[in-house]
Amino acid sequence: MATGMKLTLALMDPPYEKAASTTALRIVDAALRRGHDVTVFAYEGAVNLTMKAQAPHANPVKGTSVEEDHPTTREWVAALFQLAAQQGVKLDWINCGLCVDERGAGDWIEGPRRGSPKDFLDSAIQSNAVLVIPTK
Amino acid sequence: MANYLFVESRDPYGAGDAQHVEELVRGVRQRGNTVTLFLVQNGVLSTRPGAKFSERYADLTRSGITVLADEFSLRERAIERLAEGVQKADIGQLVDLLFVAGTKAIWH
Amino acid sequence: MKILSIVETAYRATLEEQDDTILWLNHVLKNAGADISLLLCGSAVNYAARGQDATGLAFGARRQVHPPELDKDLDKMIGVGVAVYAVTEDMRDCGLAQDDVIGGLTLLARAEIPALFDRFDQVWHW
Repeated sequence: MATGMKLTLALMDPPYEKAASTTALRIVDAALRRGHDVTVFAYEGAVNLTMKAQAPHANPVKGTSVEEDHPTTREWVAALFQLAAQQGVKLDWINCGLCVDERGAGDWIEGPRRGSPKDFLDSAIQSNAVLVIPTK
Repeated sequence: MANYLFVESRDPYGAGDAQHVEELVRGVRQRGNTVTLFLVQNGVLSTRPGAKFSERYADLTRSGITVLADEFSLRERAIERLAEGVQKADIGQLVDLLFVAGTKAIWH
Repeated sequence: MKILSIVETAYRATLEEQDDTILWLNHVLKNAGADISLLLCGSAVNYAARGQDATGLAFGARRQVHPPELDKDLDKMIGVGVAVYAVTEDMRDCGLAQDDVIGGLTLLARAEIPALFDRFDQVWHW
């Protein structure tokens, strides 16, 4: 059941580089399951989390191909959008437009939208909880 | 007074600012604030009994700071038993802590 | 909402970005009406050092025309009313004396940070 409360998260790390990317998605998942709305502001390399062209690969060290089921973050984020719909809550994923432009990351999965730091500020002010996850 | 949630994602081995974080957490608590330290990712590495810096958690708890460690991060690192003062928690509890009214959540 | 943004890691992609992305972000937030203050700690205290010179970067024939000027960016933020704090111990560790840095900083000891935090509604560590 929707709580009517909202969490705003700011993320910065690109996929496949830092543990924080997965932890952030775990937090989003847990918040959605608890019936909260979530806004994600993807800044810097985090705009790459939703790129449509991400593709799984085989694992030559393990000798696996499709059975490796190598995850892509775009699939994880897509699953979070589905979870939000099932829970009757909103996931608003905002990719920072200038970060998208300089990285050529504009072709993303269905769901995210282009935005700016002002969207993050507006969402933070309207939220019950805010968490900035830094990079190092 | 205010409610603070410190999320520590870094281990204290090699990261020179771990000492600073402990001082900061204690300093915020000494001002009468409610403080929770939530360990996640490599931040849980020092919770293994006998690990360097593991002895700090009992003292932090005695000073009124709640110390929680993400159970997934612990399992991922094969940490089963925890140093005194550390409680296992799940990511949902982190979300619940974020939603305590007026919380200042600071990720390190 | 009074916001304190902590900037800790310096020179992270500043050459490609021609800015520090966190100083830039906070300046944008200020322009959007946010009540923002900055705390420089760790290596980020060096952003206040006068005389930083990142000119001359070139890859083949491609030269960088507008290198970052981080001390000037901080100056501009101070000029529009952003309070910029810097941790004295970190400045000392970086070998910075007061004469080496831009004016308008508010210096504080690490032990004073908890009291600083208490003055804000949100503390965002970038």
